[in-house]
Amino acid sequence: MLTRRTLAVVLALALGVALAAPAGAQSTPGVTATEIKIGNTNPYSGPASAYGSIGKAIAAYFKKVNDEGGINGRKINFISYDDAYSPPKTVEMVRRLVEQDQVAFVFQTLGTPSNSAIHRYVNQQKVPHLFVATGATKWGNPQNFPWTMGWQPTYQTEGKVYAQYVLKNVKDPKIGILYQNDDYGKDYLKGFKDGLGEAGRKAVVLEQTYEVTDPTVDSQIANLKSSGANVFFNITIPKFAVQAIKKAHDLGWKPLHLLNQVSSSVGVVLQPAGVEASRGLISTLYLKDPTDPQWKDDQAYKDWLAFMQKYYPDGNTRDVFNVYAYSVAQTMVHVLKQAGNDLSRANIMKQAANIKDLALPMLYPGVKINTSPTDFYPIEQETLVKFDGERWVPFGEVYDAAKVR
Amino acid sequence: MSVRDVVAAADQLRRGAAVRHWWLGGAVLLFAAACLLPFLISGFRVFQFTQVGIYAIALLGLNILTGYNGQISLGHGAFYAVGAYTAAIMIDRWAVPYGWTVPAAGVLCFVVGFLFGIPALRLEGLYLALATFALALAVPQILKYFDDWTGGSQGIVLSKPEPPPGLPLTADQWLYFLTLAWLVALFVLAANLLRGRPGRALVAIRDHPIAAAAMGVNSALYKSLTFGVSAAYTGVAGALSALAIAFVAPDAFNVFLSITLLVGIVIGGLASISGPIFGALFIQFVPNWAQDISKAAPWAIYGVFLIGFVYVMPHGIAGAVRLAWRRLRRGAGTASGP
Repeated sequence: MLTRRTLAVVLALALGVALAAPAGAQSTPGVTATEIKIGNTNPYSGPASAYGSIGKAIAAYFKKVNDEGGINGRKINFISYDDAYSPPKTVEMVRRLVEQDQVAFVFQTLGTPSNSAIHRYVNQQKVPHLFVATGATKWGNPQNFPWTMGWQPTYQTEGKVYAQYVLKNVKDPKIGILYQNDDYGKDYLKGFKDGLGEAGRKAVVLEQTYEVTDPTVDSQIANLKSSGANVFFNITIPKFAVQAIKKAHDLGWKPLHLLNQVSSSVGVVLQPAGVEASRGLISTLYLKDPTDPQWKDDQAYKDWLAFMQKYYPDGNTRDVFNVYAYSVAQTMVHVLKQAGNDLSRANIMKQAANIKDLALPMLYPGVKINTSPTDFYPIEQETLVKFDGERWVPFGEVYDAAKVR
Repeated sequence: MSVRDVVAAADQLRRGAAVRHWWLGGAVLLFAAACLLPFLISGFRVFQFTQVGIYAIALLGLNILTGYNGQISLGHGAFYAVGAYTAAIMIDRWAVPYGWTVPAAGVLCFVVGFLFGIPALRLEGLYLALATFALALAVPQILKYFDDWTGGSQGIVLSKPEPPPGLPLTADQWLYFLTLAWLVALFVLAANLLRGRPGRALVAIRDHPIAAAAMGVNSALYKSLTFGVSAAYTGVAGALSALAIAFVAPDAFNVFLSITLLVGIVIGGLASISGPIFGALFIQFVPNWAQDISKAAPWAIYGVFLIGFVYVMPHGIAGAVRLAWRRLRRGAGTASGP
């Protein structure tokens, strides 16, 4: 009995070693003469399911590419799984994509915690983890994580843009800052302070924080007002942004009010706060806003609208997420075209890190995508916009955060 | 109805010894299969079955509380989170070897669960369900609040435990066996506990609290202890999940997790020892199948599965298996004569 069991264990172990040994022989997983497999996870269900439309719009765009003949004769096979914004589920689904579906690479996985959960795994497996859908700054770290790259401007980038604007346009600034006491708030704060530089930082007269569990930020706003600040950098999520805008208005405090893009939704933030209170707010933009009438006759906008109507008729044509998805998918197609017939993982990553002045139709004019082996931040330019009581109106030039680094 | 129950119980008692023999044989066979499994399937599948094992431990914990003791909890995701964060913080901040973090998480969750169980004593049925629901809602926010410890919404990234040097296992296989060891130990412990005096006391409290008190069962103590033990099981599962996923974040422990656990014990079979394993298989694999069937409405498909299971197997999968087994034996019995 005992010997037989020992035998079984030994056999099992031997079998395990035998099975564990192979794998990895295949040179380019997910790529054949006619197909390229791309993996993705998105929250199609759960608390963040509003973002699910990004995954759907990307799938629709790849269908359009396939209908037009694919890339170098290869059709894109876009495999997208629901992770419900739950990091353990993301880990499971990404492992499924990499190990079972054998995708060539992972693209546009959404959410900061979800991507944090797979960050180390994809880098250990040397799977390109491209253009992740989150604004955190940690995705542009080619030294330690050479297989991961973001896409959109990071919170730090945006902070730098505001800093440049303040330095250029405000004489004798006294800056007050309100920020959420977590990584998101600190990311913005760091970018802003880096942008201000050594000298500019002295202009910061008061910093206030709030916790996401706080009921209000009323007292912080009162403190900021009494500090005499004439510039207010408002780093808050929508709920607190509404309170801050309202309170500042009620107190009669009229600083130059910079509102982070996180809370720039007209419907969710500005209207509830009151359009009068919101008039004159400044925020940023890097995509063409589909609700902005100035693009009505723009060819790029018309193309996008035609794409939406044909390939994603259920999609909301007033939703900027669909512009985002369209543009990020175009970036991916650009990289694959540039990679030519060498679709090895290493070459895909190399090409992603070698994008030069790519201007996409739905990016705001002047915003260009640039990467290099040491620069894993594709979009670093944004334009400033001012709220005129109805919509965000772009003004002035396009700001480039890369220049102040 | 009650007469039939009594007859059935007597019947079961008579056959008890023989059944236990079969059970033991089945369990050993199952264990052998479980040991072989990771050598036959891919690393990804091993990871999935590790998660099944982890869920099974959590479900067993919840089943002790809800199935055997009749206290409904909608908040066990919170204990799962406490377990996971205990492991993560110990490894990340204090550099404790990962092996120690699992029992530590169990002990901590026992204490937390026991303390939560004391005020919860005053709450019955739905009220307890609501109180625990509040716990499930609060924990992710609390985790974000203490971001110096928990890493806030960004969570804590861990490195995956490596197998001890000299063992010819991959990291996935090693984690699988680690989970399996905990699973077997905790199941044996639970089986002994529930089949003995404490188990009968729990069931008595569930079915007839006044009669139980009259028989001298310290209802308050038992209920709080059950809450503690149940939380400890779930905490161990949470700690193991932190090791397997190598990452913890508040978003992983939302209310949905608590509800998933409840679904698991009901589908698996309330008040049964094997139920949690079936339930764990269900909550691990059915959502994925649902997604494969329809990308557009995976949760609708999941709902159909759920309703189908509850309709076809009102006593859970374990209940259906038991019934099938009984019929099979009865059939065999008549065939071979008295």
